[in-house]
Amino acid sequence: MELEKTWADIISTVEFNHTGELLATGDKGGRVVIFQREQESKNQVHRRGEYNVYSTFQSHEPEFDYLKSLEIEEKINKIRWLPQQNAAYFLLSTNDKTVKLWKVSERDKRPEGYNLKDEEGRLRDPATITTLRVPVLRPMDLMVEATPRRVFANAHTYHINSISVNSDYETYMSADDLRINLWNFEITNQSFNIVDIKPANMEELTEVITAAEFHPHHCNSFVYSSSKGTIRLCDMRASALCDRHSKFFEEPEDPSNRSFFSEIISSISDVKFSHSGRYIMTRDYLTVKVWDLNMENRPIETYQVHDYLRSKLCSLYENDCIFDKFECVWNGSDSVIMTGSYNNFFRMFDRNTKRDVTLEASRENSKPRAILKPRKVCVGGKRRKDEISVDSLDFSKKILHTAWHPSENIIAVAATNNLYIFQDKVN
Amino acid sequence: MGTMFARGLKRKSAEDGEDVEGGLAGAQAMPSYSLQRQSLLDMSLVKLQLCHMLVEPNLCRSVLIANTVRQIQEEMAQDGTWRVVAPQAAGRAPLDRLVSTDILCRSVREQEGERPAPDAGDGHTPDLVPGLATVPSAQALRNPQSSLWEVDSSRENRGGFQKSLDQIFETLENKTSGSVEELFADVDSSYYDLDAVLTGMVGSTQSGHGSGLQAFSPATAAPPSSSCRSDLGELDHAVEILVET
Repeated sequence: MELEKTWADIISTVEFNHTGELLATGDKGGRVVIFQREQESKNQVHRRGEYNVYSTFQSHEPEFDYLKSLEIEEKINKIRWLPQQNAAYFLLSTNDKTVKLWKVSERDKRPEGYNLKDEEGRLRDPATITTLRVPVLRPMDLMVEATPRRVFANAHTYHINSISVNSDYETYMSADDLRINLWNFEITNQSFNIVDIKPANMEELTEVITAAEFHPHHCNSFVYSSSKGTIRLCDMRASALCDRHSKFFEEPEDPSNRSFFSEIISSISDVKFSHSGRYIMTRDYLTVKVWDLNMENRPIETYQVHDYLRSKLCSLYENDCIFDKFECVWNGSDSVIMTGSYNNFFRMFDRNTKRDVTLEASRENSKPRAILKPRKVCVGGKRRKDEISVDSLDFSKKILHTAWHPSENIIAVAATNNLYIFQDKVN
Repeated sequence: MGTMFARGLKRKSAEDGEDVEGGLAGAQAMPSYSLQRQSLLDMSLVKLQLCHMLVEPNLCRSVLIANTVRQIQEEMAQDGTWRVVAPQAAGRAPLDRLVSTDILCRSVREQEGERPAPDAGDGHTPDLVPGLATVPSAQALRNPQSSLWEVDSSRENRGGFQKSLDQIFETLENKTSGSVEELFADVDSSYYDLDAVLTGMVGSTQSGHGSGLQAFSPATAAPPSSSCRSDLGELDHAVEILVET
């Protein structure tokens, strides 16, 4: 079935929950769609669990800020799951200004036999009620409902780019271009400002916050990245306002490589802690870098995502592609990292073997159960049969959002308004 | 593919801001580093304006573009190429579009041979002007050390369209209702035809050096040539806005 592409269906975030059982996507239309993995049936042991739609709901609506005469987009920027503590699932979803906590729960029973209502729910005439009976719970078709439990609003002047749940499971942070706020899940009418890089005089602004994340195990520690290619590690125990960092990660610039676009391509679009908490990974326009928390002066690994774009930077600046914000993800064991590129390509780098692969997420190239064929971009000279030349790349097909199952080799890749889920081949 | 042309350019005198090389027959003319840099500056300034849509502008993008503008202007100040040029300077055929800017993408080392020599011409101090001058009359030049964001005293002379960078950030900071409309009050949507705009801008930078100011002067000052784009009517309209008739 060929779906018509609509702007509102463009996927803007993808995230597995902590067990990998659920996969959530958010789109530009403010909707959240949650997929659930099928339980592997006993009869078909070799049939891997597929992901089917579990719940769909409208998380955010477009708003109009009358004071500033500006629209507030309903686009979901990020979704983050809370660890599961009971039968219900909880997730945070955010647009540019407001974070919401959603509860997703199942209902498979319904009460029947009300006194005051008839079977269709209409009120009965009290004069006809002559007996008292207790409603009984009877099974019904499974219904999944999503309800907003908290709305965290009015705390961000600038656009929220990140949310991150703390390992204490009681607090989370939201980061915009200039500030980071700490919230308690139970309290919606106030938040605590922990980072503020807004200059007293806005005319002096030269750097913004681009991403932020809590340490996976140390609830006092978090990192945030900037548009100048720097990462700061902060400790909330040191001071209330974490304007002074504990650690400052920056790679010295190579003066021979400097151009007018050097700063733009050094801007970090995503920062992610490894599952172990020992490393951070950053994504800038052309590379992915892995940093050891104990070494601030340079990354320990640098991977070229699409270096063939280096000579095209001016065109990419002209068409604004140079400002695309690509995300990056770790696999469950922190041995492989993945990030997206153009032409619906995405790249995986094995940190141990140093091998890398380019794959394509497209309807034409993937039928169910088919094996993905590695792709190659030809940078000059003779183009081999299967290669694609740099000038043929489609820059409107960008893979900005990907996710990796927390423990298995299952990945989710968002290509504009299509979601692809790839799994390891079953032997 | 652009390297052949680039090599030819390296040997060419950098004084001449133009690029049309008879020697590179049959190929698209590669503009000089100066001209490309100027194009980049023009494009950046337009981008900063265009980002004020109905939705709040992307602050990260604005900051990165503004930093790029500052870099270019600082380099132009060092070169001594930043100076006032008489707006009526006529010239040759304007470039049709923003051509391959291969040179700009290359590293500093590679560019060394191509950058214009510091201008010892008319004794002007290489001053920085907050980049958005529109009025063809001579602008008060400012000290290159002055902040990019400083308000220019001659701002009231400018066309309503051109706001300085600091105003953009001020707008983000203290929005009053209608401030965004203010920024766009004089802009017609036809202005967003980037090609038409850049044709007019680049077309008027005939002297190459110091053409930052001239870039925004009315395109009618530069005589149209046969290679101009056919939608001059649209360009005239944009020009009216710039001059704030």
